[in-house]
Amino acid sequence: MTRDQGQRLLLPLFVALVIVGLWQWWVTAYDIPQFLVPSPLVVAQTLVMDWSLLGAALLVTLKVTFLALFCSVLLGVTIAFAFVQSKWIETAFFPYAVLLQVTPIVAIAPLIIIWVKSPTASLVICATLVALFPIIANTTLGLRSVNRGLQSLFKMNRATRWQTLVRLRIPSALPYFFGGLRISSGLALIGAVVAEFVAGTGGTGTGLAYQILQAGYQLNIPRMFAALVLITLTGVTLFALMGALSKWALGSWHESETNSI
Amino acid sequence: MNSEASAVAVQSAEKTYPNGTHALLPVNLTVQQGEFVTLLGPSGCGKSTLLNMVAGLLEPSAGRISVWGESPNAQSQAKQRLSFVFQEATLMPWARVGANVRLPLDLQGINRADADQRVGNALKLVGLEKFAESYPRELSGGMQMRASIARSLVTDPSLLLMDEPFGALDEITRNRLDDELLSLWRSKGLTVIFVTHSIHEAVYLSSRVVVMAARPGRVIEEVAITPTVARDDAFRVSTEFAGYAKQLQDSLLRASVNVDEALA
Ligand SMILES: Nc1ncnc2c1ncn2[C@@H]1O[C@H](COP(=O)(O)OP(=O)(O)OP(=O)(O)O)[C@@H](O)[C@H]1O
Ligand SMILES: [Mg+2]
Repeated sequence: MTRDQGQRLLLPLFVALVIVGLWQWWVTAYDIPQFLVPSPLVVAQTLVMDWSLLGAALLVTLKVTFLALFCSVLLGVTIAFAFVQSKWIETAFFPYAVLLQVTPIVAIAPLIIIWVKSPTASLVICATLVALFPIIANTTLGLRSVNRGLQSLFKMNRATRWQTLVRLRIPSALPYFFGGLRISSGLALIGAVVAEFVAGTGGTGTGLAYQILQAGYQLNIPRMFAALVLITLTGVTLFALMGALSKWALGSWHESETNSI
Repeated sequence: MNSEASAVAVQSAEKTYPNGTHALLPVNLTVQQGEFVTLLGPSGCGKSTLLNMVAGLLEPSAGRISVWGESPNAQSQAKQRLSFVFQEATLMPWARVGANVRLPLDLQGINRADADQRVGNALKLVGLEKFAESYPRELSGGMQMRASIARSLVTDPSLLLMDEPFGALDEITRNRLDDELLSLWRSKGLTVIFVTHSIHEAVYLSSRVVVMAARPGRVIEEVAITPTVARDDAFRVSTEFAGYAKQLQDSLLRASVNVDEALA
């Protein structure tokens, strides 16, 4: 690990330590009651004690998130390919992709939950709807952002449509795709949690959002915090994971992933 | 001149872009096998337009262009091939230099062993044999341009079209690449059409310079460069060189004065 990378890890960790320390001090010094703001120590204890409950819930949320991310990638890339195949398709359907993006998921989640029998499937559909757009938009842009000179080169060498797609368009689109993937991974998690909040009231879910709701009804504030911490950590891990994936795929050649110029 | 035997024949070809820009008035130009012809002119005079039409990347709006007696787009059947070198190196950043140079062969479906051997030869020609496994971003601008030239030579073309290939490079690198290009041209018996802004580069390289003018883009004069001495560093500072340079400069100046009068 280089010094630079070390700093990138150590500095945020240090900030986290300071904040957690201040929080602990504030709660103890001012004697804040646990049902208002639990101390970090209490949250950590809850996390350990309720792990059988929270860990299982985390797995459910993770499953929904990853399934949704997988579906978004599959659907988003397919749609992007369709868009670049013909301007007609794009003109006809792009507004609906935008519609997808601007419709609040809480407004349509109840409908989807009623329509789709399987609770997991309905949650995955909601989260996919939330996470889909950045993949479509970025991949479409990427597939279109092909260097003009390289395009001429392929044309002059009589490359087939397939050769141009595989050897030129797809590699050109990769950096854009990974940019979209990073955004979508966070959105998939948010979608999974929000959808479960909506569904959770119906008693179908067992994920982290459901645990937060239940803990809320029982005024079990430490457990609420513990679940919240798990969601946040999951989000950060997902983001880092997508970053690593992008680095692995582009590291050797793309500017965004190479430190030296 | 007999257009049947010529490498490139441009007959009253002109170009109006779809947006109405009349980029090029009718041009007549014949390039013989083995010639080094330079298109020289100010920005916007249609040099790239003309070159792209010869390459078959653009269709002329009127007139005819033939390369070895065929339309540029019918070259697939011809044995002789043409290659294009762009202003930028236009290498694929995700592929190593070797893979970049191999691209035209890959697209033709030539088997890997043959292709690799030809790539090795092409890289040797431009002095990059040690960099086959490097990524383009690890190379300097001049080295990237060399890789681009290697890629254009790997198909063993007879006609090389170059659109300001060294325009973005410093003068020292440019001069060295000019020399390398000249020796390639001689040793391989290439026919070259070369685009440049630089009067000095035009004199140094060409057997013939086609002087062009802008607004509207057109050819105004052709100047044969037939030095009595060898083309080397001494030639660059000879009176003969200066004479040609002055002739080209006057020609360019006259053209722009005419335009200014017409606009006034
Ligand atoms: N795709 C295009 N659509 C419309 N007009 C164009 C297009 N390409 C070039 N032109 C116009 O045609 C004219 C000639 O352009 P061209 O690129 O051939 O000039 P050039 O001599 O190569 O210039 P430079 O030295 O700057 O490269 C210019 O006025 C330019 O604006
Ligand atoms: Mg040009």
